[in-house]
Amino acid sequence: MWKREEPLRKRMETVLAIDRLAASSSESKSSPQSSSEDRPSGQVSPVNIGKTAVLHGELTANEDLTIEGRVEGKIELRQHVLTIGVHGKVKSEILAKSVIVIGEVDGNIIATDKVDIRNAGSVDGNIVSPRVAIAEGAHFRGSIDMQREPSVGSEPALDSASVKPKVKRVAVAPVRELPLSRRSRF
Amino acid sequence: MLGKGITETITDLFFRESIKAKQSVNLLEVPVIDDPVFPTKAFSKFLSSIGERESPVVLDFGPALGSNVDYFGEQLGCKLFIGDLYADLERFSQAGNLSEFPAFLATRLSQVDSSVDGILCWDFLDYLERPAARVLAQQVVRLLRPGGTALGFFSTLDTPTCQYTKYLVVDEVSLRHQPYPATRGRQPMLLNREIVKLFSGLNVMESFLLRVNAREVLFQKPIYK
Repeated sequence: MWKREEPLRKRMETVLAIDRLAASSSESKSSPQSSSEDRPSGQVSPVNIGKTAVLHGELTANEDLTIEGRVEGKIELRQHVLTIGVHGKVKSEILAKSVIVIGEVDGNIIATDKVDIRNAGSVDGNIVSPRVAIAEGAHFRGSIDMQREPSVGSEPALDSASVKPKVKRVAVAPVRELPLSRRSRF
Repeated sequence: MLGKGITETITDLFFRESIKAKQSVNLLEVPVIDDPVFPTKAFSKFLSSIGERESPVVLDFGPALGSNVDYFGEQLGCKLFIGDLYADLERFSQAGNLSEFPAFLATRLSQVDSSVDGILCWDFLDYLERPAARVLAQQVVRLLRPGGTALGFFSTLDTPTCQYTKYLVVDEVSLRHQPYPATRGRQPMLLNREIVKLFSGLNVMESFLLRVNAREVLFQKPIYK
């Protein structure tokens, strides 16, 4: 009897997990950060640059930031997360702890933790970050440098000089395929 | 009996809801894993050759693929340039100005001479007409560092199927081939001697004829002392 209910319980757990994912996804889709009303009191709501905002110049912040409008210039969030929302269009150099791209970025990104280009996100520029995630359907053109953990304090250089990589040797299996030169077909 | 009926109804309700949720959630979109996986002989040698170098720089002619970026980051800790030349070719093809593509290719790759350790050409040269292929091959020769390697796949069949292929690295001996639509198919097959001539300035390090109607060729730029 108990065994019969086991699959149902598992199924319900799966459904609940899916619902949680759906809720978090729909939140992040409509606006990557939830509104202040939904947050418990005392929790700081992230700053949001709205759809109609247009910023030119240097942007520095000490808190998480979500951009839904247009920004041109330099963005610096040393210890925080920058989210380029679905409507966000950024043409600038970005320096942050983590960068989540759901909209468009035209410029170089330096992140000390992670760059995450989500589905339909677009980046044209170079990325320096120890971790980079590119979703299926995302657009990226440029270079990815994962050789080191960039220090936000120092001015970043996008070349590969003086960097110690974590090289993992790849074992090569013995190849028994006949070289082309010994074949007469071509 | 009644209890069982109610249980089934609730189960179905949950099941329906889960399907609805699945349809609305992007996070649950998983990459298609039905695409065929093919063995590769030259890729492991390419990796091995690049892995010997310190701070390697790799240029990928293919589109940006998250799993490949992870793989190269983990295996090589390299700097990876993603060119996506297939997208450029598609753009020119759709605009109908392919005659200008060789000139575009001559300036497309902005890296300095002898600055790249490895180039993943995949099967891009199969889609180019001879003049464009010549220009691109000479760009490969220009960009490679002495001792650097380039990997190219060449078809052994004249099948002008209108599709490109994304090569997803499964491991060092197998690649997942993920086709995606193209407006233009492969061009007439390149013969071995043509390939060698195109890449004059590089040595053919290894070449393999696979059972899947493909040739894998690994080129290396000679080190002159």
